[in-house]
Amino acid sequence: MTAVLQIVFDALSLGSLYALGALGIALIFGVMRLVNFAHGDFIAFCVFAMLWPSTDAAAIVFAGQLPSYLLIPLLLLIGAALSVLSELIVFRRFRNTNPATMMIASFALGFVIRHLLLMLYSSRPKSVTLWPSLGLPVEFLGAHIPMLQVVTIIITLIVLATLVLFLKRTRYGLEMRAAAENFTMARMLGVRANGVILLAFAISGMLAAAIGLILATNSGTADIGMGANVMLIAFIATVIGGLGSIPGAVAAGFLIGAASVVFQATLPHDARVFRDAFVYGAVIVVLLVRPQGLFAPKSAKQRV
Amino acid sequence: MTLLAVNDITVSYGRLTALRGITLNIDEGEVLFVTGPNGAGKSTLLNAIAGVVPPGSGSITIDGAKVTGAAPEDIARRGFSLVPEGRNVFGDLTIEENLKVGTGMRTDRRKIADDLESVYEEFPMLAGRRHTPAGMLSGGQQQMLVIGRALMAAPRIMAIDEPSLGLAPKIIDQVYEILVRLRAQRKLTLLIVEQSSTRALMTGGRMVLVRGGRIVLEGAAADMVKDDRLKQAYFGFGDH
Repeated sequence: MTAVLQIVFDALSLGSLYALGALGIALIFGVMRLVNFAHGDFIAFCVFAMLWPSTDAAAIVFAGQLPSYLLIPLLLLIGAALSVLSELIVFRRFRNTNPATMMIASFALGFVIRHLLLMLYSSRPKSVTLWPSLGLPVEFLGAHIPMLQVVTIIITLIVLATLVLFLKRTRYGLEMRAAAENFTMARMLGVRANGVILLAFAISGMLAAAIGLILATNSGTADIGMGANVMLIAFIATVIGGLGSIPGAVAAGFLIGAASVVFQATLPHDARVFRDAFVYGAVIVVLLVRPQGLFAPKSAKQRV
Repeated sequence: MTLLAVNDITVSYGRLTALRGITLNIDEGEVLFVTGPNGAGKSTLLNAIAGVVPPGSGSITIDGAKVTGAAPEDIARRGFSLVPEGRNVFGDLTIEENLKVGTGMRTDRRKIADDLESVYEEFPMLAGRRHTPAGMLSGGQQQMLVIGRALMAAPRIMAIDEPSLGLAPKIIDQVYEILVRLRAQRKLTLLIVEQSSTRALMTGGRMVLVRGGRIVLEGAAADMVKDDRLKQAYFGFGDH
């Protein structure tokens, strides 16, 4: 029983991370058909923003020393700002170009951000200590669950609930959903293209910052490649969920997280090293059966 | 008074020229029926006015203000509301949400709730299903919804592209009855584009025939429908 509970929490917390990542990618894809491969570098950038630029191994904590009620909003702001700047400086020039061009632009932007970080901080991973108390386990029905897992799951649920409220109950949310379904039609009804796109980038950037915080707290290190893995899985989640479907991206994020954890727990010992191969194998099976994704939006085909 | 003026616009898609210099004026409160064969450039004309495809040359003004090359949202804000071909409902949004998308640009916020009720009165089958996703509606219901959606944007000119596309004749009659009534009630200026000219008599007003990206015939709808020249011009007899 406790082992099952442990697996459930592992699955939910890993799934949360992927769901948040997938959400950040799906929101931008929804409004401008861009798969933002720089998203992983946004995540790393937000983590490094807590450190003072230096090439020493021992990180000089800068913003990381702030009390959390200041640190968290500050990082969210940094994430949003980086993301919005990317749109203003880079992606706006590629609007209405074909999706492959936009994707390559996002790869290029990712390289620029990564190398900027390399220049300022060197390639050595640095240790960051954020909220060490979150590493302590809490006892729950006999299982020992790390506090961080519980916090990650709660944060994700809060983020998802807030986003649902925003999308369903506010004017901007309505415009964003309309634009995600049919951008041209939304514009012909007076929805401002730039406004909706900037908003999507801002939210996506904040999600990147949130992932950065969770990753850094979990691993205790800042590493330039730290966002890449989440980004890759998150991208796969948006594809499996049905590109353009926001609920689909979230559900698929959780699904992949759960699959990873379940494979980890149930595969024979010798096969565990190849866990990711099994996960990606499952992804391929899903795509063979449902190439349009699990939750393909009704509007997936029509774009004027 | 001229509300919409299209002055000698051309539109090309790459090497393909869709419009070769079209000029037309629509007065406030008027109905203009644009007809012509498949591929004549009718939809391109509407898309050019709406700002979806920028004209290569020529100019477009709405109520005296130049809107050539402006963004679709800015043209919508000038009071031009296009119901595009194929209806384009937001299928995942509910009926009510569809109706509300276009209200964000309105300055008379207080009237929005009243207008919503009057749209529901006009289209009772929408009223009972406010919270149903629009994707579940039939073609005819979707056509009603997009007309209602365009009305909610409080337009000065409403343009409709192929309102009868894929609908049963009875439903088409209903759609036109509604258009005629709306025009009378709201003093709406209408620009209707339709491949078939059979319904032009219902709306009255003026009619132009577009073929090969040019206006080839123009006149009162009542005269033109009778006229043999319409048929000739439509199929291009006697031209070559």
